[in-house]
Formats: sequence, structure tokens, C-alpha cells
Amino acid sequence: MKLSYLPGCTLKTKAQDLDLSTVAAMGALGVELEELPRWNCCGTVFSFADDDLMHQIAPVRNLVRAQEQGGEQLVTVCSFCFNTLKRANLLVKENSDKLDTLNTFMDEEEDYKGNVNVVHLLEVLRDEVGWEQIAGKVQNPLKDLKVAAYYGCTLHRPIEAAIEPPNKPEALNDLIKAIGATPVDFPDMTTCCGSYQAVANPEIVINRTREILTSARESGAEMIAVSCPLCECNLKENQKELGELRMPVIYFTQLLALALGVDSHLHQCEQNPADARPLLESKGLIDACSATYI
Amino acid sequence: MKKINPHKTNFIRKVEEISGQNIGLCYQCGTCSGSCPNFAEADILPRQLMRRAQLGMKEDVLQSKIAWVCASCLSCTANCPRGIDIAKVMEAVRLLSLRENIDYVNPRELSQETIAKLPQIAMISSFRKHTA
Repeated sequence: MKLSYLPGCTLKTKAQDLDLSTVAAMGALGVELEELPRWNCCGTVFSFADDDLMHQIAPVRNLVRAQEQGGEQLVTVCSFCFNTLKRANLLVKENSDKLDTLNTFMDEEEDYKGNVNVVHLLEVLRDEVGWEQIAGKVQNPLKDLKVAAYYGCTLHRPIEAAIEPPNKPEALNDLIKAIGATPVDFPDMTTCCGSYQAVANPEIVINRTREILTSARESGAEMIAVSCPLCECNLKENQKELGELRMPVIYFTQLLALALGVDSHLHQCEQNPADARPLLESKGLIDACSATYI
Repeated sequence: MKKINPHKTNFIRKVEEISGQNIGLCYQCGTCSGSCPNFAEADILPRQLMRRAQLGMKEDVLQSKIAWVCASCLSCTANCPRGIDIAKVMEAVRLLSLRENIDYVNPRELSQETIAKLPQIAMISSFRKHTA
């Protein structure tokens, strides 16, 4: 199976481990992710203003790229890209006048016809591959590993862009179960990590991190699996400010790659209190000498 | 011809135009405040912002901190029993300042440490939400 794939800016720089582990794991599952040849930044946040069509150009231009590639689905794994592209797509599908304006403005591009579906990698794993198929391909079951699935905001809100019914987040839990680990429910699975307030109000993000980590720890989790590179950064970096409150944070694709026996790109992580390697080593899931400290 | 409600000030109309929401629908239950993760960092609650906006209290609304500590997590929107997209109201409130060229963040003042630490999505979304 071949699917169009948009990694996004952060996955090519600070979150290369997310990009590389995604491509490696999907390859092992027989899904080839074909990166769009000329993608651009999606704008990171969906514009909430009704009178602001300008900021829909960047996401819609990516949808034109996907249409040119001929795919019906455009796969993203970055939660920000997913939410922005999916909402921009819904907006232009439901408002033909807005789509006409955008198509006219982008007169050097072919017209976007509204036939692309934006999907998150978790949806591909659930709907195209299937949890049982994944479980069948696991080489290295992640036994005795208690993982809290942290979904964050953008996979479940708003409801029209959600990957599943928002009151019952389970896709990541199901994946964790399929790869042999134990999913841990905790109260803050879909609460916000503070997001872009990391720039203007870092103390907000420290408080959010404290709450999320505390609730995951009290629920018995040993590590937190995330999809969003900003959640990952916020939950990881702020542990430096939180003393003894330590909890490894890892991309779910790295756990998947590890279970499938392909390169999980854990060596790309920087040395950090939230580094997942010591825990994985203590469980015998990675070889101690395979980790290269940068 | 479009009917104009004489009780709606230009400010209220502008908030409703940008957000696409009817702020008059809010009946002050406070569910938004209860679900907001960042309310403790602000001076007024989301519910209080909605009431001030309904009453056309422009200065109070524009000077309050709540829209600026909002992380657009959409918890308020997801939980509002009146179906108001409160995150869009927050955006409208921010834009009414930003469109006057009053920025909340100055990219030039960010420390090298912050720039080195944070991913692009943090920077770009902050600039999108907090600068004109």
C-alpha cells in the first residue's frame, strides 16, 4: 500500500526521530509513505477567524500537492499538521465560495477539487492495517511496560476533526496493547500541555506538565507515549524544572518501530531527564550499547 | 435588508463577525471556566469574558489576560452546552488588539535558549496567535 505523506517542518528538524521511526515502522507493516514532493508549512494553527481566508492558503496548497500525487488520502503524524490540514480541508469542502476564492488566488496551481482526505497515522494503523495485523508482526513484544497514552488536544478537538469519538480516546491505547505493552488510562489523556504558550508564558507549560505527569504517574504509568512534537518538547523539557517528577516521554511511532524490530531512532533523542532509553534498557527491550549518547 | 439590533454595539458586532458566533447565546453556566486548563493564570474566567463581551465592555475585554493565556486547546468549545465556539471568541478578542498592531509577543526579544529549545510549531503558532 502506498499513501501520500506530509511530514511537516518540525519532523525534518527537531523531531526527526518521529519522522524516521514513522517511515521505518510503516515500511515494516507494508505501507509505503510517499512524501509529497514539494510540501510547505501548513501554518501550524488553523485560523479561527471567520474573515481570515489568507491563512487557509498554506494548508490548501498542500492539499493541491496531494491531489497532484493522485492519492485519496494524505497521511500526517504531526498533530498540529493533522488538525490544521483537516480543518482547512473541511472548511473548503463545506464552503465552495471560499474554495473558489482560494483557487482563483492560487492561479498558478491546478484547482483543488476537495477530494483528498486528511488522516492521522493512528487512523491508518487502525483502519488500513488493523490492530490484529500489527500484533501479528510484532517481533519484540513490549512486555511489562506500562504506557500512558497522551493524545493532547488536536487529535480529538474539535469534534468534526477528531480521529474517533472524542469522549472515548482509544486508538493509541489499542496500539499500545497491540504491541504487547500495557496501556494506562489517566485523567489527563486529552488535556492541553500548554502548547504554544511555551513561548510567551513558559510557567503555564511548567504547570501543565506537572499536572499531566503527576496524573500519569499516580495512574501507574512508567512512560508517556505522544504523537505531537510540541507535547513531546513541553513534557520533556519542563521535567528539568520539576525535580523528582520524572517520566520518560516517547513518540508512539518509536514504540511501534521498537516492537516491529526496525530502527526506532531512539539514538536521536538528546540526553534529558525524560529520556526513554534507561527504562527500556532496564526492561531488556533495547540493548544498552545500541544507544549512542549525543 | 439586514436587521441591526440597536443593543449591539460596534464592538459586539465585531466580536461576532470575526468569531462567527452569537455571544448572546451564553447563559453563564461556567462550564468553559471549569474546563479551561489555564484559567488560574488569568485575571478573569472565560465565563466572565463572555459576559463582559455580551455587555459590550470593550476595554475590560481587551485588557483582560484570559484570551492571551488561552492555548486554543478547545476544551471550552468542546464542552459548551450552548454550542458556542468559545475558542473562536478568544481569537476574535486577540485579533481586535492584534489588528491595531498591539503585539503580545516580540520575536526579537526571545532568548537564544528558547529558540534553541522549542520546535518550529511552537514558534510559528505563538507568532500566529500573539503577533499581528
